[in-house]
Amino acid sequence: MDRMYFLELAINGGLAGLMYAMVAMGIVLIYKSSSVPNLAQGALTMLGAYVVLGFSDALGVPMWVAIPLAMVTMFCVGVVIERVALRRLAGRPIVMILMMTLGIDIFLRATTMTIWGGSGRPMRLGIPDSPLFLGSLLLNRAYVVGAAVTLVLFVTFMLFFRSRQGVVLRAIADDYTASWSVGISVERGVALSWALSAVVATAAGVLWGSVQTVDQSLSLLLLKGITVAVLGGMDSLGGAVLAGALLGILENVASGYLDPLLGGGTRELVVAAVLILTIMIRPHGLFGRHDIERI
Amino acid sequence: MLYRRAGIFHTSYASDRALFTIPFEKWAMVALLAFALVAPFVLSSLAITSYVRPWLIWTAAVLGLNLILGWAGQFHFGYAAIMGMGAYASVHAARNGVPWEIAVTLGGLTASVIGVVFAFAALRVKGLYLALSTLAMQFVMDWVISHVPAISGGVSATLQAPPMKLLGHAITSEAGTYYVVLAWTLLVMLFMLNLRRTALGRALVAVREKDFAAAVIGVQSFYYKLVAFAASAFIGGVSGAMLVFGFYHAVTPEQFAVNVSIELLAMVIVGGLGSIIGSFFGAAFILLLPGQMNALIAWLAKLLGLDIGVEALAHIPHMIYGATIIIVLLIEPMGLGKLYGNVRNYLLVWPFGYVRK
Repeated sequence: MDRMYFLELAINGGLAGLMYAMVAMGIVLIYKSSSVPNLAQGALTMLGAYVVLGFSDALGVPMWVAIPLAMVTMFCVGVVIERVALRRLAGRPIVMILMMTLGIDIFLRATTMTIWGGSGRPMRLGIPDSPLFLGSLLLNRAYVVGAAVTLVLFVTFMLFFRSRQGVVLRAIADDYTASWSVGISVERGVALSWALSAVVATAAGVLWGSVQTVDQSLSLLLLKGITVAVLGGMDSLGGAVLAGALLGILENVASGYLDPLLGGGTRELVVAAVLILTIMIRPHGLFGRHDIERI
Repeated sequence: MLYRRAGIFHTSYASDRALFTIPFEKWAMVALLAFALVAPFVLSSLAITSYVRPWLIWTAAVLGLNLILGWAGQFHFGYAAIMGMGAYASVHAARNGVPWEIAVTLGGLTASVIGVVFAFAALRVKGLYLALSTLAMQFVMDWVISHVPAISGGVSATLQAPPMKLLGHAITSEAGTYYVVLAWTLLVMLFMLNLRRTALGRALVAVREKDFAAAVIGVQSFYYKLVAFAASAFIGGVSGAMLVFGFYHAVTPEQFAVNVSIELLAMVIVGGLGSIIGSFFGAAFILLLPGQMNALIAWLAKLLGLDIGVEALAHIPHMIYGATIIIVLLIEPMGLGKLYGNVRNYLLVWPFGYVRK
């Protein structure tokens, strides 16, 4: 019985963790191409979910039309953010870049709240609430769908990075001065990575919105996303997926056993502890590139 | 024109290294100080209690954060937790009968100890990773403050702060509280102004520019990082205590949550990294601008007969706050302090602009 409880916590946690990885993948995409740690990814996730709801409410179209429409919109939002805000800060000290993404985070969150209001709304994807039985284990159906989508996205990105445009992005990630000198438009590549990351954020927003409700708390996924991204290595997509599953398992198992003892709230604590320990022990994460500094 | 340098001849090193060498600046400081002293009798009591007092306290905290971020170049995304620790320690001490001055100092020292814990992250990493680890520590501190009953008095509890006391005399009047707060802010300001003239300040700047290079020329970078974290945490802790004794009058964990840390960072960035006058501007800008703009928008909407929902009005200040950060970073990344510096540089040689280097 106890082992079953543990397994159930671990598997559901791992599935939820794969959904965290979706947020982390957005952060990794941007960091890889432009070394910008995007602290606005949580706000983008939340905005994506609201835009989907906005389309389905305003136009009355079904979800499978609203989601692609929202993805196109968010693609443009990503391009605009890069063009207006981040491009001019290229080469500035990192504190300004961090602050800029925080400013975007605050601005996007407040704008979303101003337009759509703060009350939580349901996201109806048509996933039944009844749990999925795996032997005698109960699995949350929404988590299973979310984890599957994450894996599909991951495979898509792996294939994308083999295409011509993907090779361009990889070249920029490797060395942007060199890419510049062989005639690659670095700006366009970076803008593309922002756009892709905003699209991934929309997917994450939709799936998390169907698990919980669509409200401001979606932007809190940032802490989990950034922890997963750091644990997996800031520039490794595969690392993000693996680290997501790891963090999810750890978080769910720890909170399952510790919450009754410590009086709740251990989820955030576990995430923060993982972030601190990763940075203290292995700052470049599981699969990240180890940067060597020159004097 | 205004900042006339004609007729200033330094005949000793002391006069050359004075804090203010230009007569206009000296007199401007004197005038500002005189105004600050008579302010409680000139300004309305609403302006003093709800604008000037919080502004002064936040400025002191921003100066403390500027010490670590602008001078030592170390990221600190958990400054609110430091302030909270200082506030809780001093409130507990004061409630248990420790004299107020000692209680506040104890708050500062407690914050210093916590600040040194933060500094151990700086031993290992820097840049982005330091930012993220201090952010994570802020979350851990939040959890500790709200979940340890010995600190917060239980989850979602509020601790009343006893009144300020100086040498045993309770200070409850508006003007009295204002003067205590003013004295603390001026003290921090003087410390920061003098920092650039000391060996410590120069060492911090060396560490900021490149810590390896500083180590090569014999500046122990880790020691100075530790000192910077401890000193800025002391300022933060006492400022947190001032905030509770002089403004909130009660302390809850939410007053020092992660969004407060980000607000402080925004004040530093908007004011300008390492700029002292900028810290005053930045605190005022972030603290007062969103509310004032919101009042303006509500007034305009009424004038034009537009209907803005209550909920939208509640979120517009945050929108303006975010937009302020973005716009300042786009227009002048070195903040309002740099803008002031530009004006000053222009006026220094006006009308002979070509003299400027």
